Amino acid sequence: MRGDAGRLLRDRRAALGAAVLGLAVLAAVLAPMLAGDPIAQGDVVATRFLPPLATDPLGAFHLLGTDRFGRDVWARLIYGARVSLGVGVLAVLLSVVVGVAVGAVAGYWRGWTRVALLGFTDFALALPRVVLLLLLASLWQPSALLVIVVLGLTGWMAIARLVYAEVRALAGRPFVESAVGLGVAGPRILVRHILPNALTPVIIAAALGLANAILLEAGLSFLGLGVQPPTPSWGNLIASGRDTLVNAPWVAAAPGVALVVVVVAATLLGDALRDRLDPRRNG
Amino acid sequence: MLPLLRRALAGLGVVFGVVTLMFALIRVAPGDPALLLVGPSAPPAQVAAQRHALGLDRPLPEQYAAWLGRFVRGDWGTSIATGRPVRAMLAQAWPATVRLVGISLVLSYLLGIAVGVIQAVRGGRLDTVLSVATVTLFALPGYWLGLMLVMLFTYRLRWLPAFGAAGFDADFLSPTARAADRLRHLALPLATLTLVGVGGTARYVRGAMLDVIGAPYVTVARAKGLGETRVTLRHVLRNALIPVLTLLGLSLPALFSGAVFIEAIFAWPGVGRILVEAVQARDYPVVMGATAVSAVLVVLGNLLAELLASWADPRLR
Repeated sequence: MRGDAGRLLRDRRAALGAAVLGLAVLAAVLAPMLAGDPIAQGDVVATRFLPPLATDPLGAFHLLGTDRFGRDVWARLIYGARVSLGVGVLAVLLSVVVGVAVGAVAGYWRGWTRVALLGFTDFALALPRVVLLLLLASLWQPSALLVIVVLGLTGWMAIARLVYAEVRALAGRPFVESAVGLGVAGPRILVRHILPNALTPVIIAAALGLANAILLEAGLSFLGLGVQPPTPSWGNLIASGRDTLVNAPWVAAAPGVALVVVVVAATLLGDALRDRLDPRRNG
Repeated sequence: MLPLLRRALAGLGVVFGVVTLMFALIRVAPGDPALLLVGPSAPPAQVAAQRHALGLDRPLPEQYAAWLGRFVRGDWGTSIATGRPVRAMLAQAWPATVRLVGISLVLSYLLGIAVGVIQAVRGGRLDTVLSVATVTLFALPGYWLGLMLVMLFTYRLRWLPAFGAAGFDADFLSPTARAADRLRHLALPLATLTLVGVGGTARYVRGAMLDVIGAPYVTVARAKGLGETRVTLRHVLRNALIPVLTLLGLSLPALFSGAVFIEAIFAWPGVGRILVEAVQARDYPVVMGATAVSAVLVVLGNLLAELLASWADPRLR
């Protein structure tokens, strides 16, 4: 596994993706040291709509300018990273838990359990995810927690299918059969012997799922159905810049660029992982 | 044709499932469903009437049967916000969505296949450059790209309109001017949706081409003395297209999802915009109807993709 990691980092895409994601996470964690208060409003009239690299009358420097309330865009961006990345990661973790559980049970136990779970997975895959997200967001009060739960519960299907295929293939292998022969109980075989060998596709799907989850969180918050202002998230930052596209385009541009950079990084890392870890692609 | 029939039945199952899911969600969600449906400002008598109409005083299975019956009959109630019948609103909206999504689908697949083929065949630097471009397009959130295009083409250059499907004066224009007006309104939403789609398709086509390009039958085709173009188009691309067409079916839900945002940004008069506005206004009858219509559109699109795939690959028939 360690050799794998070394080879992986020699892939330029993986190195770049990991570096960018690492920096973004670091910036999110160290937000209080890198930026001022993202919510504080000073003298609104004097400090609003300052362009990037401007210094306001009070002497404060604004790397990315200010928004319509005179709030520092850089500070909101960095604190927004906490929300956007945090929500994305937690949502993907939830997807992984559900996906692995469904895929493993369907892959290991034959009969109606498998049929029912696979049918349900196919059904969930056929739903337009955003429509479902909107439906759920309209029935409950919008919040970061709701976004995590909703994204997590609508993003597990790809993982379940991958795990199912992997578990099903592994279940017939000699080391599993010998465990069965030794009288090891089914759940224990699944958790101790099969799942650790089936995790490769999960890692790949999780990296790609992270990109998707971050995009969708931003989308929901953009529509006002996710994280609620004044708490900054990249999505509601883009939304807040929407009305000021003409006189202050940087308010919407900055969080969008951040979003694209992070999503590209997660996608590159996922691609590299797939090429590296997927034996079918290694030939 | 039998597999197709099976797929059609499965699609019917999906729509049925969506309607059932909505019933379950409404019951699980906080708040009184009757109150949700008539709106918070309704007098108690109306709430009670709605309660009775919904059959909330009857046992659950009976309620479910009634709900299903109303949906099948197309009795989707009236919008709380506009007072119009939900069915009429959606009947007016779905062609706009199909137009936008359909054209964008065709364009993004044609462009995506072209880019992916060039990448796989040429390789080298060009492949790297195009890979960077496609992964960036793939990562662009449609609603943000849309805003940036509006900033450039509407506010800065003043070339293209950013809202709606037709100008306010559309009814007074000559037929040709009206067509031009519609095209100008279509330009930005279509470009946004297509650009995002091209990235994903090209990435997938490139991978599928590379999977096939080393296959023995490709070597045989070359050994027979076939030209490089013919080998690429007839032997590599045709086989690479099979998984791509399968992806087309799977990517439809995502495309509809993307269209929801794009329609909201550009005020495109389709199902997506109705859905977003209804969700923001908590206009439940409309949310329910729009969800059902989206599910039906996705299922129908999936069937179409299935047909295409079986046309490209005789083995699937």
